[in-house]
Amino acid sequence: MCAPDYFGIEYEINPWMRISNQSNGDCARTQWQALTRVLEQEIGANLEFMEPVPGLPDLVFTANAGVLHGGKAVPSRFRHPERQREERHFIDWFTRKGYEVIILDAEMYFEGAGDLLGFPEFWFGGYRQRSDIRAYDKLSTVFSKRILPVELVDQRFYHLDTCLCPLTGGELLYFPPAFDAYAQTVIASHVEQNKRFAVPPSEAERFACNAVCVDRHVVLPTGCPETMTWLNRHGYTPHPVQLDEFLKAGGSAKCLTLALD
Amino acid sequence: MASQTVTLQGHIIDSLILAKVLDTIVMLGGTFTLSEVAVGIKREDPSHATIRIEAPTTKLLQDILTTIQPHGAIVETEQDCTVAPAPANGILPEDFYATSHLSTQIRWQGNWIEVLQPEMDLAIVVKTTPLSAHMIPMGSVRKGDLVVTGRQGIRVFPLERPKERDVFGFMEAQVSSERPHRHIIADVAKRMKSIQKRRQEGNGSAKVLFAGGPAIIHAGGREALAWIIESGYIHILFCGNALAAHDMEASLYGTSLGYSLGIGRSVPHGHEHHLRTINRVREMGSIQHAVTSGIIKEGIMSACVRKSVHMVLAGTIRDDGPLPDVITDSIKAQEAMRAALPGVELALLVASTLHAVATGNLLPASVPTVCVDINPAVPTKLSDRGSFQAVGLVMDSSSFLRELARELGWKG
Repeated sequence: MCAPDYFGIEYEINPWMRISNQSNGDCARTQWQALTRVLEQEIGANLEFMEPVPGLPDLVFTANAGVLHGGKAVPSRFRHPERQREERHFIDWFTRKGYEVIILDAEMYFEGAGDLLGFPEFWFGGYRQRSDIRAYDKLSTVFSKRILPVELVDQRFYHLDTCLCPLTGGELLYFPPAFDAYAQTVIASHVEQNKRFAVPPSEAERFACNAVCVDRHVVLPTGCPETMTWLNRHGYTPHPVQLDEFLKAGGSAKCLTLALD
Repeated sequence: MASQTVTLQGHIIDSLILAKVLDTIVMLGGTFTLSEVAVGIKREDPSHATIRIEAPTTKLLQDILTTIQPHGAIVETEQDCTVAPAPANGILPEDFYATSHLSTQIRWQGNWIEVLQPEMDLAIVVKTTPLSAHMIPMGSVRKGDLVVTGRQGIRVFPLERPKERDVFGFMEAQVSSERPHRHIIADVAKRMKSIQKRRQEGNGSAKVLFAGGPAIIHAGGREALAWIIESGYIHILFCGNALAAHDMEASLYGTSLGYSLGIGRSVPHGHEHHLRTINRVREMGSIQHAVTSGIIKEGIMSACVRKSVHMVLAGTIRDDGPLPDVITDSIKAQEAMRAALPGVELALLVASTLHAVATGNLLPASVPTVCVDINPAVPTKLSDRGSFQAVGLVMDSSSFLRELARELGWKG
């Protein structure tokens, strides 16, 4: 994770961001600390932190640092120039931590764990909004993983982790209208119906799918009662955290973390 | 019609990406051919597809490409073919492109042009004024000819299934003596009738080519073949010295290589008959003259002369004589055979290993071909040499010809 010392709405690169709708720095810090507390104390996760960098307000969203698996790290190649400046900081961090860093070609846009997530057997790769579908062919080779590209069609759900959340028991939270018909079919054919929860639109807009799942715990934004009920019924403990300051930038619990492997 | 080839790579099958791209092409008004699909073996292996897209206009093609590119379709960049001048007469430049007998195009200054008369194992020469490309044997190339090199800017089209639903529609060179022959022969007869009908109606110059060996005479197929020729079903004959010599020997002496065709055993001094026949025809100056002067009265050669069948007789080292019409320079014989091919729409290769393989090598893959031999090794060899379109028929040549003639209306 990366502390929100320099977090703010300094540009508009998704429909949630409005420079006129500025985040409150103190509030953001409090909410971020609440998230770290839940992760560390309620769930028992080990957290590592990277240094915030002035002028990089979105560095706080470490899900977009890249993807890590089996000792290899593929850092993101951001589509927007505003975020491309983050790339070298993530690369530095991965390198310092001893990962084998594999750099994608420039212009093969790929926004890390924000767009690539799934189950041990296969991953889903969101494309069309931010990541380029061609990146998944390369990543599939790098990680020896089956990657099923799914097309994202709603600008509000610009990263896959804003509208899909795989859970550790093989279940899935998702918001079907964020995907095109082919992707909806692909998701439905890979995850059984009783293991899929289609979050209602009101909770999808609260970023219910931008949740962090550790073992049987799920950390998600507040204001998602139906999702919480479903999680409870399926043996998960939901941990709601107020993260509205980050929603102003189009991010929530999942965007604020990167699972280290 | 505008066209462009694109490729797709990755987990494109179970993610429905391939389906989506194909649906999109059709939805926008284009058509596609999946020229290659390689499906990954293990679940984590990627798959690969090559898609050729066609659209009625360049604008529509561009729209299709723009729409499918975000789904991973990579446009194959097309480049002109490369050429190099032949360094000397009969010598091709290094890295020359070796042809197949499939329909082939080359890209020249941004345009795709058809290479004329496809044939396997040749080179492609480009003429700039007027622009044309044709296939050429190594020995015929002249110093300075522009010869296509490398592989870029060349596209080869797989054989399309013929519209007629008959034995040639399967395009499989399976050879078996255990397959029923009847329907194959019936299909061959149907094609021959259809070609003859078109010719009689004055439509086009479709031709039937017959290449045969002397076993036809020995085995008793002579009468049936002569009838087929006399009835106008065959327009080109490729053979060697022997078929012609034994056919005319039969006409003059009633024997084939000394064996009486009537009583089925050798006759005294019969082994001289073919030599005396050849000598007689040599004296006449040509087979044509031997027939028109009334010396050769009936049989295959006689029918060919009367029906103006285009004959190419190619010689070999074993030949006696040979007959005056035999071309003894094998390169010149090959050239004469090649020159006879335009317009051929059906080829029958009967009872001759050498002529079957030689003719097969010259024919484009698009020509329906039947290879008949009592020895299964012959159709197999033909197929091994690349003539995959040939239908193999393992049977005695005489039985084949008699059955074919009956299908065509022979009462013998």
